Amino acid sequence: MDLRDTPDEVAFRAEVRGWIEANVSDDLRGSARSEEPLRAWSRKLSEVGYAGLTWPKEYGGAAAPYSYQAILLDELARAEAPQHIGVIGLGMAGPTIMAHGTEEQKARYLPKILSAEEIWCQGFSEPGAGSDLASVRTRVEPGDDGFVVNGQKVWSSWAHIAERCILVGRNDPDAPPHQGLTYVIVDMHAPGVEVRPLRQITGEAEFNEIFLTDVAVPRENLLGEVGEGWAVAMTTLLHERGTLGFALTGVLDVAVRKLIALAAERGDGNRLLRDRVAREWIELQALKLTNARALTRLMKSGVPGPEGSVTKLHWSESSQRLTKLALELLGPEAQLVDEDGHDGGYWQHAQLRSRGNTIEAGTSEVLRNIIAERVLGLPRSR
Amino acid sequence: MDFSFSEEQELLRAQAQEFLGEHYPAEQVGQLADSEKGWDPASWPELAGLGWTGVSVSEEEGGAGLGFLEEAVLFEELGRALYPGPYFSTIALALPALTPELRKEVAAGGATWTLALHGDRGLVPDLGVVDRVAVADEDGIWALEGETREVLATMDPTRRLGRIGLDGARRTLLVDADEALERTAAIRRRALAALALEAVGIAQRVLELSVEHAKTREQFGRPIGVYQAVSHALADTYAETELARSLAYWAAWCVAEQDGQAQLAAPAAKAYAADAAVAACERAIQVHGGVGFTWEHVLHRYYKRAQWIEAFEGFGHEQRAEVARELLDVHAPAAVA
Repeated sequence: MDLRDTPDEVAFRAEVRGWIEANVSDDLRGSARSEEPLRAWSRKLSEVGYAGLTWPKEYGGAAAPYSYQAILLDELARAEAPQHIGVIGLGMAGPTIMAHGTEEQKARYLPKILSAEEIWCQGFSEPGAGSDLASVRTRVEPGDDGFVVNGQKVWSSWAHIAERCILVGRNDPDAPPHQGLTYVIVDMHAPGVEVRPLRQITGEAEFNEIFLTDVAVPRENLLGEVGEGWAVAMTTLLHERGTLGFALTGVLDVAVRKLIALAAERGDGNRLLRDRVAREWIELQALKLTNARALTRLMKSGVPGPEGSVTKLHWSESSQRLTKLALELLGPEAQLVDEDGHDGGYWQHAQLRSRGNTIEAGTSEVLRNIIAERVLGLPRSR
Repeated sequence: MDFSFSEEQELLRAQAQEFLGEHYPAEQVGQLADSEKGWDPASWPELAGLGWTGVSVSEEEGGAGLGFLEEAVLFEELGRALYPGPYFSTIALALPALTPELRKEVAAGGATWTLALHGDRGLVPDLGVVDRVAVADEDGIWALEGETREVLATMDPTRRLGRIGLDGARRTLLVDADEALERTAAIRRRALAALALEAVGIAQRVLELSVEHAKTREQFGRPIGVYQAVSHALADTYAETELARSLAYWAAWCVAEQDGQAQLAAPAAKAYAADAAVAACERAIQVHGGVGFTWEHVLHRYYKRAQWIEAFEGFGHEQRAEVARELLDVHAPAAVA
């Protein structure tokens, strides 16, 4: 056991920190959301080789240890710099294509994911299929030289700017739920694809609905086999949970630093509030350390452990508690938002946004089911 | 970065699990706890024979010359088995204050000790069972002879608390005044880390018992583990236990390496792990239903030890106040890992 960075990791951390300081502009820090600066920032990350750090060399990656990815996310968070907007391509679509794609698909898609030329989104959730992915109703049916897709997807981040979408639909409505699913790559600029922003409780539109009407998808866009989309989708979700932990604690780290600064300024020595601030700091350390334990296991065995569900679950609850605590520290001013709010309304936005944390990327209920059934071996509840 | 125990450390864990599993099954722990002494003194030479009393004692002094990470493995396993004996008092509290000669005696299994961290004011663990008592005050750390010991009725009878009286006691200096303050603070951090590890062992064990029960106990025609009101409670215990484990291992590493972060890590780990262990026991009792509330079932032994740990040096809010002082008053937030 040695919790210090290795000499190689020390050097990489110093390199990354120096590069971020030299390249991140002030308008990118915080919660920048407009497309062009984020695309430019992502291209820069790609050019310097920080995208696909852990991808194998044969697919253009750096084949770096997972700890390098953790260091990158750590340092981006420390500088309050945005992460690469190609996260779905880099973390989910890319690894899924590597596992299930043809050589043509690998050659066609992977380089543009790495270079940030093509941004990807995910078409899994539907109005009638949230946690229960197997109940998707979007149809993927045979068409001229491939498939025709009809249906509706929802909660797609980045769909409004994405070039491509990984989509799970149903080819056989009569098959049992986990069969009869097909996984395809959809061109977001194809005729019949319509993206509508979904305004959420913060007032902003971070997610989208995707309407698909007679969208032609060529046969070469099929991933895996017709009817075997479930197995392909599981690869995608495994990677979602595998790489998520560090990104999450990075964001939480920034919030805890801000909370400590706010408490030092406004806490007025209140013992109860100090106790709650300490509690959130301790929870953050526990999450970061649990990520580090998971990382050691991943690097030694190559297999991600069950810790991902634990950190997602506790991260989301911590995020909800600490943002409310920040509002309490602000007192009656907690109601003032945007430019009239403290720190440009950071905490009001963060508090409302945090209600999504226990729903997105696996609801807390689903995560507890996963822990109960797959980790503890309790009998299935369904 | 490498956040795992070495192969040798894992072998030590396997040895501990085997020995403790054989010698301290649940019925045995209950009988010992209900006995007058609260432990089996014949177990101490066995622990010494396994080398456990000299883990961190140098080889010249008859020990294994290892460190706190190896002791950490034992604290966790002893907590998991609920070993009733003065290992925590002797090894976590007293050992770092002793002279080479006295350490040699401990390593050989020839003496058990406890340490009073707050002069003759605080409550002292295991006073009724240990051979020797040391006391830390502003003038130094001292070995006592002829002190009075008042053993008090304690919720966890396997680790009874007491008060010492110094009138007429002879004192031999162990650590002089210049060093005493720092040494006592280091011992306190070591003790908090040890208790965090014990707490992780407790949480882990009661989770295992609960899962076993939830898989086999049937109501309304199905094992109760299918009901999410039951399974989600156990999922919460699992999640908190894993987070507590991460903090406890961090604290152990900081103590072993004498890393400056121990000042935050030890109180943070103790506060979180004690809370997690108490909550794990409470959920376990609930999941077990009526049988979990009986004297006969082992759960209340774990619950009482968890609460003993929670109360040591004050409940979690006292350790969080230490953390808050560091974060809010002393310096800007420290980053870890």
